[in-house]
Amino acid sequence: MADGTIGLWTVPLAVFGGAIRVSTPFLFVSLGECITERSGRINLGLEGTLVMGAMSAYGISYLTGSPWLGVLAAGVTGSLLGALHAGICSLPRVNDIAVGIALMLFGTGLAFYLGKPLIEPTAARLPAIDFGWWSDIAQVRAALRINVLFLIGIALAPVLYWAFRTTRWGLLIRTAGESSDAARAMGYSVLAIRLRATMVGGFLAGIGGSFLSLFYPGSWNEGLSSGQGVTAVALVIFARWDPMLCMWASLAFGGAAALGPALQSVGVTSGYHLFNAAPYILTLAIMIITCSPKRTLTGAPAELSITR
Amino acid sequence: MTTDVADPAEAAGIAPAADSGFLQRYGVTIEYILIPGAALLGALGVFGIFVALFGKSPLDLYFYMYQGAFGTWFSWQNTLTRAAPLILTALCTALPAQLGMVIIGGEGALLIGALAATSAALAMPWAPPLVVQIAMVCAGMIGGGLWIMLAGGLRQYRGVNETISSLLLVYIALAILNHLVEGMMRDPASLNKPSTREIGAANMIGSIPGTDVHWGLVFGVMAAVASYILIYHTVFGFAARVAGGNIRAAKIVGLGVSKLILTICFLAGACAGLAGMVEVAAVQGRTNANLAAGYGFTGILVAFLARQNPLAVIPVAILLGGISASGGLLQRRLGLPDASVLVLQGIIFVFVLASDALYGRIGFLKGKS
Repeated sequence: MADGTIGLWTVPLAVFGGAIRVSTPFLFVSLGECITERSGRINLGLEGTLVMGAMSAYGISYLTGSPWLGVLAAGVTGSLLGALHAGICSLPRVNDIAVGIALMLFGTGLAFYLGKPLIEPTAARLPAIDFGWWSDIAQVRAALRINVLFLIGIALAPVLYWAFRTTRWGLLIRTAGESSDAARAMGYSVLAIRLRATMVGGFLAGIGGSFLSLFYPGSWNEGLSSGQGVTAVALVIFARWDPMLCMWASLAFGGAAALGPALQSVGVTSGYHLFNAAPYILTLAIMIITCSPKRTLTGAPAELSITR
Repeated sequence: MTTDVADPAEAAGIAPAADSGFLQRYGVTIEYILIPGAALLGALGVFGIFVALFGKSPLDLYFYMYQGAFGTWFSWQNTLTRAAPLILTALCTALPAQLGMVIIGGEGALLIGALAATSAALAMPWAPPLVVQIAMVCAGMIGGGLWIMLAGGLRQYRGVNETISSLLLVYIALAILNHLVEGMMRDPASLNKPSTREIGAANMIGSIPGTDVHWGLVFGVMAAVASYILIYHTVFGFAARVAGGNIRAAKIVGLGVSKLILTICFLAGACAGLAGMVEVAAVQGRTNANLAAGYGFTGILVAFLARQNPLAVIPVAILLGGISASGGLLQRRLGLPDASVLVLQGIIFVFVLASDALYGRIGFLKGKS
């Protein structure tokens, strides 16, 4: 081991490193969606938000030279798309799932349109913190080059968990999600609560997108996101709307998504595409195991249209 | 907002003929045409503003869109060729919608249908073309049908949300297609673009005589009409609509809801699978990643714009086929990126959904003064 050849250990190590790198977008999108769904609305359009976030982060980073301004721009773009979603859903008789599908198409289309000139140039990327300085092994060092956004995401999960339980805002969001009548009786506007929850959710999803274009894979192209946004929405469902479980699920997902490239790096190339589909297969499998036609899921916000 | 339908010009056009009996009978139908139409115009208006922001003239935009979609016989044929798979994938969303289900996985069923149809053709190189074509139709429909039936079954027996599962199945279908096309089914001669072997020129379904439009359009129209008859003029369709309206009432009167869901989902998937077969047997001649061209996703938009009515799907599919057909001309003449069609589709979708709020609220259509 000491001479730097670690043989088959490459695979678990690459999966571990991948879990950290690949899970970050899952983490941000699922935490954002968690806030939105807790307020009683589902935003299926976060796939579009993710791609828009990736594009705007790359564009702003390229124009200003500051990747952090890019991250901010991605968040603002995301919250604007969230506001659009919430605004349309505020109209009577409008189905939030259908609006989500529409925004998925709209966000992706707009990102491809505006991002056309951005495919060529290289933008400033987000820096990474080297946690692997103690090791001589290149693979270990590569696996431990961790982005700050990942750490923020990991810190965000317990904060949200705490906020949902104890703060006034957390309680308001949960009230709007469990019983809009109760929130209305207390004199709060359910639509306003959901608008803010969807905007915050969009903000986080946009940041998740900025990670894609500014750190890993770290460039802008039209194949950047292949369903991470959708998977993250599904992930919230089997994480039972619990931010901590969202975090663990995102990490598991990142690991699953890193399996294909990791196996390819040690020469296992057959079934590459099937391994790449691992997150989707895993999501579906977990949903099949955890869902039941007889009861609604524990922890499900009662106002959520998807669980009814 | 431009969705405001009660604009004076349109109102004046209808009002003179409108005694209250006429409106009572046709008010709802007029509403179903007027509101989506106004949403479409509103979306075109917003897209014009969007394009103007990039320094292009909106009037040029509308002109070239019309030219590219319906301006010449050539563009009509292009439009109709694109409309064919859209009709079929839209039915994949519209049929389950009768049961209150939102299925958005038409793209996945299209890919599986294409794979199944290609496999069927490659498995019988000795057979006469007609037999091969019939086998391809059957294989494509069964493949796509089972794929969406999976989503329906998961919803009925495991309570898995069908919207999310059908979308996840799209990505899984794409992975299966890539896996087979780059592995087991790969034609060694396809170097840059991994593909299966060709099904052979004799087995292609060809064009409608006198046109360049392939027979897929006829398949699509037939499927749409058959779906319409099934939903609105048979006992089975009536049962499906009852279950869609009120699932408890359906159970109380003893309808087999499971059977309804599985059958409708199978038929829906079969339509999308047929679209995949058509794309293989009339356009591509083989299966490769080109098939994932987004017909399944545009089909969702078509279904919503047609308000899930199988018959209305036909004109709406032609309209959206026209929009995507005009993409090439917009690219050449105005220098717009190819994604502009996607942007326009997204705007239309948003407007159509927002216009849902208008139904039953337009004063002069209520039939009473």
